[in-house]
Amino acid sequence: MVIHNADRRMQVYGALLLLPAAVLLGTFAYLPTVATLVNSLFLPGFRGEPPAFVGLENYAMLVEDRTFWRVARNNLIYALGTIPTSIALALGMALFVNARLPGRGLVRMAYFTPTILPMIAAANVWMFFYAPQIGLFNKLLGALGFSGVNWLGDPGVALGSVIVMTVWKEAGFFMIFYLAALQSIPPELKEASDLEGTSRWSFFWRVTFPLLMPTTLFVLINALINAVRVVDHLFILTKGGPNNATNLLLYYVYENAFSFFDRSYAATITVVILLVLAVVATLKFTVLDRRTHYQ
Amino acid sequence: MNQAISTHRGRLALRAPSLETTAAWLLAIVWIFPLLYAIWAAFHPPAFMVRFDLFAPLTLDNFANAWAQAPFARYYLNTFLLVTGVVLAQFVVCTLAGFAFARFPIPGKDILFMLVLIQLFVFPEVLIVENYRIASGLGLVDTITGIGLPYVASAFGIFLLRQTFKTIPRELEEAARVEGCGWMAILLKVYVPLARPTYLAYGLVSISHHWNNFLWPLVVTNSVESRPLTVGLGIFSAPETGVNWATVSAATLLSIAPLLVAFLLFQRQFVQSFLRAGIR
Amino acid sequence: MNARFSLVKGGLARGRRLGAATLGGLLAAGALNAQAQTELTLYYPVAVGGALTEVIDDLVAEFENEHPDISVEAIYAGNYDDTRVRAMSAIEAGEAPQLSVLFSIDLFDLLEQDAIVSFDSVIESDEEREWLDSFYPGLMENGQIDGQTYGIPFQRSTIVLYWNKDAFEAAGLDPETPPETWEEMAQMGAAVREASGGEQWGVMVPSTGYPYWMFQAFAFQNGHRLMNEAGTEVYFDDPAAIEALEYWVSLADEHEAMPDGTIEWGTLRQDFIEGATAMMWHTTGNLTAVRNEADFDFGVAMLPMKEQRGSPTGGGNFYLFKDSSEEEQRAAVTFIRWMTDPERAAAWSIETGYMGVSPAAYETEALRDYVEEFPPAAVARDQLEHGTAELATYQGGRVRRALDNAVQAALTGEMSAEEALKQAQAEADAALRRYARSR
Repeated sequence: MVIHNADRRMQVYGALLLLPAAVLLGTFAYLPTVATLVNSLFLPGFRGEPPAFVGLENYAMLVEDRTFWRVARNNLIYALGTIPTSIALALGMALFVNARLPGRGLVRMAYFTPTILPMIAAANVWMFFYAPQIGLFNKLLGALGFSGVNWLGDPGVALGSVIVMTVWKEAGFFMIFYLAALQSIPPELKEASDLEGTSRWSFFWRVTFPLLMPTTLFVLINALINAVRVVDHLFILTKGGPNNATNLLLYYVYENAFSFFDRSYAATITVVILLVLAVVATLKFTVLDRRTHYQ
Repeated sequence: MNQAISTHRGRLALRAPSLETTAAWLLAIVWIFPLLYAIWAAFHPPAFMVRFDLFAPLTLDNFANAWAQAPFARYYLNTFLLVTGVVLAQFVVCTLAGFAFARFPIPGKDILFMLVLIQLFVFPEVLIVENYRIASGLGLVDTITGIGLPYVASAFGIFLLRQTFKTIPRELEEAARVEGCGWMAILLKVYVPLARPTYLAYGLVSISHHWNNFLWPLVVTNSVESRPLTVGLGIFSAPETGVNWATVSAATLLSIAPLLVAFLLFQRQFVQSFLRAGIR
Repeated sequence: MNARFSLVKGGLARGRRLGAATLGGLLAAGALNAQAQTELTLYYPVAVGGALTEVIDDLVAEFENEHPDISVEAIYAGNYDDTRVRAMSAIEAGEAPQLSVLFSIDLFDLLEQDAIVSFDSVIESDEEREWLDSFYPGLMENGQIDGQTYGIPFQRSTIVLYWNKDAFEAAGLDPETPPETWEEMAQMGAAVREASGGEQWGVMVPSTGYPYWMFQAFAFQNGHRLMNEAGTEVYFDDPAAIEALEYWVSLADEHEAMPDGTIEWGTLRQDFIEGATAMMWHTTGNLTAVRNEADFDFGVAMLPMKEQRGSPTGGGNFYLFKDSSEEEQRAAVTFIRWMTDPERAAAWSIETGYMGVSPAAYETEALRDYVEEFPPAAVARDQLEHGTAELATYQGGRVRRALDNAVQAALTGEMSAEEALKQAQAEADAALRRYARSR
């Protein structure tokens, strides 16, 4: 019985230790998630009337909303544009700075520095590059005799411009994970393959790349999350324009909630984001956690 | 790199590696260029924004303009208070929770832990609409507490500290108990000191995250009294204000300078921290 | 940067004095807080270049000096949209400001959120009623509804045409003659483009930031008003509107006088100053900044005409908010009267380019002298007789966005002008359907 009592005490004590975190998580993660789901089923009251339960009407509106589909498609393109490129670049960078290289420290610093800048600051700087008449890119193109591109004002190009900036910002962050993984690969493997005369190309594809697989998965998850979570640069670069060509889901939520005062519709779009994140989470917990190590 | 390999490759050193080196350096120059450009623009008169002339006159006017046109001193203070407050609160809350998960027999612990991990995916900024409503209900709108509080119970922090605490041998705990320490004393005297590298890593990651965070602070702040640097910078340099570019560059550098300098000084620690803290 | 302000006669000296006043004001505010002092908070936007926040801070400090019983906290909150979001969010959080400068066209949304009160309900004396009638009627259009006044004009503008005389001369055009009609503008723009060998654009009309505003000017010049007065209906897909948008598109497509794609509102002034374009349409609020920065001779003219001349008014009005005591509302009116007093309105106009909001402002010595020395300063005022209210409706954010998207879709070639405007009409109708019904 004594032991049992001690156990009880431990349990209570443990619960008390958890309490602050539980209260905060409840308030700022679970409660708002549930509230989002609930609110997506209501319409706001018209001129002071109470909100009305409308079932799935907001979702029906969403399905009919051309802007929503455009934004969703943009987000998909944005993910497809940023993720593979920044992962490939990150891997390349890691291979570069893992090799003997004059000025390696400087090179690594150059790759990594964009990571620690705020997205807002990065967007400010890239704004100077992209400005159509007086921006740096078009001045350079002009000097080479080409006509300028309207980087952020042409719907065919604008999303690409946003993607390029994002890749620049993210690649260095992912690099460090690859770098760590590369350094944990035993050098003996390389020696052995050199003795066998394996080309570096096939060594990379047959040995290095498979060994980096867990890192790649891990980086992939992070990149996926960032693709829905980070929209700060849109506030500076495009505000989602022209004609929603660069609008992303979370920015669309912001617009609906805070520019159009339509919180119900914002909640409905948020539910879509939550669904996407749920898929990513499932991917992580099922695929990644089986295979990878936590530092 | 291993000695044997480098001698083996020595023969090729004149050809193949030089191509690689060139590529690596080119990429590095491309990558650092935007920052160098911002520095160039900030320290030269506006006329030299797109004219590169080694002998262009240097000036601090742009910084003076930026400083005069927006209350950057206040923004610095706000960001400083925010970052310090958030990191300290995170340390306390996550330490307690991490400790509970690592050492206490709580019924349904695994499920609870999974619930916590969900927050790795559902961040406050995804829930801006409802979190705004909640912050508003709690009277936290336009306060620094309001910016920071949703991030205090960080799943990531709880996760990291739980992992670290689990690796600490029970024997150390027993020894402390023999000396008559209670749970709190054990936590403070045994676990926390041994987890110092984790705190450092997590702290650096958290500092840079909150220094750079934008969307939630934008939503929840209204006035200069609580606005952090990023939001101040965003409002200041939004293109429709048509603010002079040189001034925007200067403002941008002002906002990133402390973190950038810290990074350049403690590069290794930063990279190590981001690495240790790998999972966000 | 002080050079900018020293252009105003005695501006530099006043700037210094105001600086001292700011400090004094701060100290005084601190010391007096404990006593019965009425504290006011206001949000205000800035949508053009220049150090306008400094100008406002200085004005506030001067006011506090003259009215030690009132302390004013003026919060700069970004562009017009940002400022509305901030003010509404403060109201929701129970910390409503007592007054604010917000978009003149936010009136309907503010009414709907039950956030504001009319000036008529607060003012008391005949003198104050006279003050209410002292502004240009054209600037009151967006601020009045059902005979009640909710908005007092402050940073108000119209769109004007800036032209680079040097560029005109280089292209063999008369540097003193700006385009009078749509046709002339297209021809002159094309001429500049050609004469410069493709180095310089003829004309730029901004299509980010406030595209609906620019479009409204085109539509009105073509004799068409985009909305009804009640703010419950819009007429985007009218043939006259379609024709207006087609003309705008043709400036790039057909006449090659304007670059393809959208043109950024914020960087356009810099484009003009760098000589990237010979003409631009922009708010008169940019006038002083252009004057200070341009190293060439430029002129300012009314916008060209099709059926008629015309420009929507634009900019920010003072509003009084509901959740404040009678005393605070009185203090707010005192402050607003002080800020819009002819002398102040004249100084504000000189420092920015925004309009002097009342005829009396243009009769002050300062502004009279300034206009004499720098005639472009009067163009916005003269254009006012061809003015029209800015696009204001219920669900303003959504309705304007629908039109913005249509303008951008047409300019970027994603849709024809007709398709784009039909779609915008459908979207706006959907947003407004409850309002159309309830009226």
